[in-house]
Amino acid sequence: MDEKVLEKLKILAESAKYDVSCASSGTSRSHKSGAIGSAAGWGICHSFAEDGRCISLLKIMLTNYCMYDCAYCINRRSNDLPRATLSVTELVNLTIEFYRRNYIEGLFLSSGVVRNPDYTMERLVKAIKDLRLIHHFNGYIHMKSIPGASQELVNEAGLYADRLSVNIEIPNEASLQALAPEKDFKSVFAPMRYIQQGVLQSAEERKRFRYAPRFAPAGQSTQMIVGATADTDKDILHLSSALYQRPTMKRVYYSGFIPVNTYDNRLPALTTPPLVRENRLYQADWLLRFYQFKVDEIVNDAYPDLELDVDPKLAWALRHPEVFPVDINKADYEMLLRVPGIGVKSAKIIIVSRRYANLGSEQLKKIGVVMKKARYFITCRELPTQTVNEVSPETVRQLLTRKTGKKTDDRQLILPFID
Amino acid sequence: MIIFIYDKTFEGLLTAVFDAYSRRTFPDLLLAEGEPFPLFYDEAIQIYTDDRKAERVWKGLERKISKSSLSGLTVTWLSELPEVDMLLFRYIRKAIDAPATIEFNLGDPDILETAKIWKKVNNERLRVMQFFRFQKATDGTYFAAIAPIYNVLPLVLPYAQDRFADQQWLIYDLKREYGYYYDLKDTIEVRFKEKDSHLLTGLLSEDIMDKDEKLFQSMWKEYFKSIAIKERLNPRLHRQHMPARFWKYMPEKR
Repeated sequence: MDEKVLEKLKILAESAKYDVSCASSGTSRSHKSGAIGSAAGWGICHSFAEDGRCISLLKIMLTNYCMYDCAYCINRRSNDLPRATLSVTELVNLTIEFYRRNYIEGLFLSSGVVRNPDYTMERLVKAIKDLRLIHHFNGYIHMKSIPGASQELVNEAGLYADRLSVNIEIPNEASLQALAPEKDFKSVFAPMRYIQQGVLQSAEERKRFRYAPRFAPAGQSTQMIVGATADTDKDILHLSSALYQRPTMKRVYYSGFIPVNTYDNRLPALTTPPLVRENRLYQADWLLRFYQFKVDEIVNDAYPDLELDVDPKLAWALRHPEVFPVDINKADYEMLLRVPGIGVKSAKIIIVSRRYANLGSEQLKKIGVVMKKARYFITCRELPTQTVNEVSPETVRQLLTRKTGKKTDDRQLILPFID
Repeated sequence: MIIFIYDKTFEGLLTAVFDAYSRRTFPDLLLAEGEPFPLFYDEAIQIYTDDRKAERVWKGLERKISKSSLSGLTVTWLSELPEVDMLLFRYIRKAIDAPATIEFNLGDPDILETAKIWKKVNNERLRVMQFFRFQKATDGTYFAAIAPIYNVLPLVLPYAQDRFADQQWLIYDLKREYGYYYDLKDTIEVRFKEKDSHLLTGLLSEDIMDKDEKLFQSMWKEYFKSIAIKERLNPRLHRQHMPARFWKYMPEKR
């Protein structure tokens, strides 16, 4: 361990940073004697980078040499950037020493493709196998499965990694072929299917034999780049929704496109990444996973893109004023979740506390409901207020998207006028 | 106004609940021994902490509210906020008096307030788990200093014991001047009469630092810098997730 490793660490972290995933959730494993560490089921962020993203894992590439030339990737072979390769010992040492100091939850290992997918995958598997079997590392490991790698290697990786992932990157095959000529959907979806098969098979075996090995217990995740191609939010979200239908897909990440080179004119020349759009996609993703929304309700042929100035749930509510107002003291959980300003937590609190007494707007505010939004969509104990049906959806939209800065007096009755 | 004077321990509080029910007088104010009395009061009653009485109140509570809410009471107590004892007193009284559990009645201000403090303490516990950093000393002990706003060190212990079970460590609360030392077998509470510089500043001085410690700290620092995407810098979000009060003891922000 010396200054040379420091230099490599810098290069390889720079190369790995565009992978969004840094989750360490999904596996709960307590300490085993003779081993190092544990895995906390909910995941812990040990630091936050200056861009506000969670640092939970040591996110690093084994090597950033790559034979592929994918236009959106920083490590494409035609990019001129410093290249480095870590040895397995160096990687293991870094991981364990960082881990012992409570810097990280574990390792996120990825790699550029050298020689061929199988060769690369083999080296990755070797690294995490060493970490688990020789160095008895019991923390979290997330490993990238290389597109095009064989099923045997994926099966072996699943025994040592907590989560495996393959990135789709581009949500439609034609664009993917245009930007990454060496890849196609088959090479991406095949490893995904192998992972799924492995997980399901191991779950089946564990029903019969308690100590049968676990296979990637934290499932799999994937990532899509947003804004590099002309794909609409409808394309992206329909693909996500289809992926979530599969039993092992835990997360789909969206990554606002950041130009990694200036010479490739197949890609748009953005000055800033599309951060708002990315945020709206995550919000829509949450609606799919936790708010019981169907993808067609969020984006469809009439509304192929998410609106940028209001969040997808509010947008849905404004398109469907007929289902509101919702009575807080009577409505069922599914309906409460649909109210803008009420999240999963407040919906649950409302359900349990309204058994004791009817709830009023003051209590809702204290519970954590965002009354600024919710008040146009609910009725509660008090006299009915102006809901979205009395004032029109357009006015509600205006009221809620008004630029803050001018503080209005909440105690004053506001009569909206439409011009 | 009726005042109960007790020793500011959780057992003391439970004893106060017991005594209040047996005397059928309930306090308007709880004071620690030695705290100044208010100008006007009717009666001041001294509570003598009794583990058996505390135990009985706890047993009674176990029949009334769930395990998780019970642990919530102790967590709320660790907030050490000035009014928290009276709040918990009212909570416990409500729990005992009601025929069915009151723990989910978040329409009640005391129960909501308790739930909120519980959450705050829990968040602080999580932050300490996230952001405490070990430094390795020459004798192989890993040392970490923390200065949390609530007394959450006891709540962090299960995490540290499970995760760092094969290394000796000392986690020390600089504010409350106590810590826990783990010697590969047991965890013991430690207080120091004479404090070395690292027990005051929270940082190991270079002469007792392991020889590789500096290198790993600078590697982590370098990694931290490299992993941020320049195009997406967001200092507000950064501070929101990782409040500046933790930075002093984190190598990447020092």
